Amino acid sequence: MSWDWQVFCEDTLERQVVQGCFGKGGDITYLDWMLSAWGWTVSVSVLALLLALVLGSFIGTLRTLQDRPVVVRLGNAWVELFRNIPLLVQIFLWYHVVPTMFPAMKAVPGFVLVVLALGFFTSARIAEQVRSGIQALPRGQRYAGLAMGFTTFQTYRYVLLPMAFRIIIPPLTSETMNIFKNSSVAFAVSVAELTMFAMQAQEETSRGIEVYLAVTACYIVSAFAINRIMAFIEKRARVPGLIVAGGSGGH
Amino acid sequence: MNLSLDFSFYNWDLISNFVLKGLYFSLMLTLVATIGGVIFGTVLALMRLSGKKWLDVPATIYVNGMRSIPLVMVILWFFLLVPAIIGRPIGAEVSAVITFIAFEAAYFSEIMRAGIQSVPRGQVYAGQALGMTYSQNMKLVVLPQAFRNMLPVLLTQTIILFQDTSLVYAIGAYDMLKGFEVAGKNFGRPIEAYLAAAVLYFVMCYALSWAVKRLHQKIAIIR
Repeated sequence: MSWDWQVFCEDTLERQVVQGCFGKGGDITYLDWMLSAWGWTVSVSVLALLLALVLGSFIGTLRTLQDRPVVVRLGNAWVELFRNIPLLVQIFLWYHVVPTMFPAMKAVPGFVLVVLALGFFTSARIAEQVRSGIQALPRGQRYAGLAMGFTTFQTYRYVLLPMAFRIIIPPLTSETMNIFKNSSVAFAVSVAELTMFAMQAQEETSRGIEVYLAVTACYIVSAFAINRIMAFIEKRARVPGLIVAGGSGGH
Repeated sequence: MNLSLDFSFYNWDLISNFVLKGLYFSLMLTLVATIGGVIFGTVLALMRLSGKKWLDVPATIYVNGMRSIPLVMVILWFFLLVPAIIGRPIGAEVSAVITFIAFEAAYFSEIMRAGIQSVPRGQVYAGQALGMTYSQNMKLVVLPQAFRNMLPVLLTQTIILFQDTSLVYAIGAYDMLKGFEVAGKNFGRPIEAYLAAAVLYFVMCYALSWAVKRLHQKIAIIR
């Protein structure tokens, strides 16, 4: 079997090799297309991550409130709901069902719907981690905060959450890497991300191996970059003298 | 809200014609991939814990490689490569089975590795002191305890695996989701079909994870 990496320098309409590999004047090569697909993958993932972090932290915190059984139950229900339906089905629900139920959502582009789907899906998993992070703290921390005269909000803001978030950086790292991997499911509703590119370019060029190798490399580079970024954050956020939860390094 | 749902088209004929076939495939795929994944995962875990470089390095590369690419890409890879290797085209279903065994082996091996490492060193030494060979020690002392320690995690991974089977959509295999989709298209009721699929997945996964939680509590009491 012979390699043909030239395929990335071909423009997508006439399949002619373009000098310098990047298309000029409106033409695009497969390389251009792949880089833009990578951009879509990164955009979907980062936006979904932001949404998931905000929602997940909020719901995870609600689930640890004392003397608020109804709120805790609602939080648990949220987690169970989004954890027990496959992501692909959730994406279909957002893409096909939600716009039918709420006509106002019809104008929303598919990209946004995928971000919502991925963000809500991941928020349940982050909520679970935030909850376990808060519950991993000694009970005395909460009491100390309240004894200082802090309100519940202040106790969370200044005592519990800063430590809980440090504890859960390792699982958050794998969750962030999961978001990047899960963004590939967006192919099912035709968002122009890497997997969609892989499927279409494979069909058009029949150079499946080269296309898949390149796309796989993009995913691996992304995963490695996240790993390094999170390791950096973990190092910067470290509290001197505090050894967090059994030294789960290795990430 | 602007919605008039009509589930009346869900009669037994439709369910047995479209949904059951897909449900059967999804469950079969989950079962086969779990068994195959546990077997190959155990082999991978033992390779990584063997302390021999020529076994450890390839297994580590395989596991980390599989774990850093999206499952959809792995599914596409196998669908492209397997026919090229064996020299004749294969169906999407067969390809899906091979893919899931290979992919899940990487995840199960990490669970197995953690499980094996959770067995106290003293147990290994005790086995050695009794004059057991490596394989006897593994088979009779370490692995039985390891399996027990990791059973809840293993079952949780199986639930995730069941959810992941929906991704065979990428190569057009006929699984449960596909069954609902085809039914929805045939009857012009896609919305109801997706909703019903979501409900069925939810009920099955929720029931399973509830059962795993119960089992976990039982095991925790005994230990």
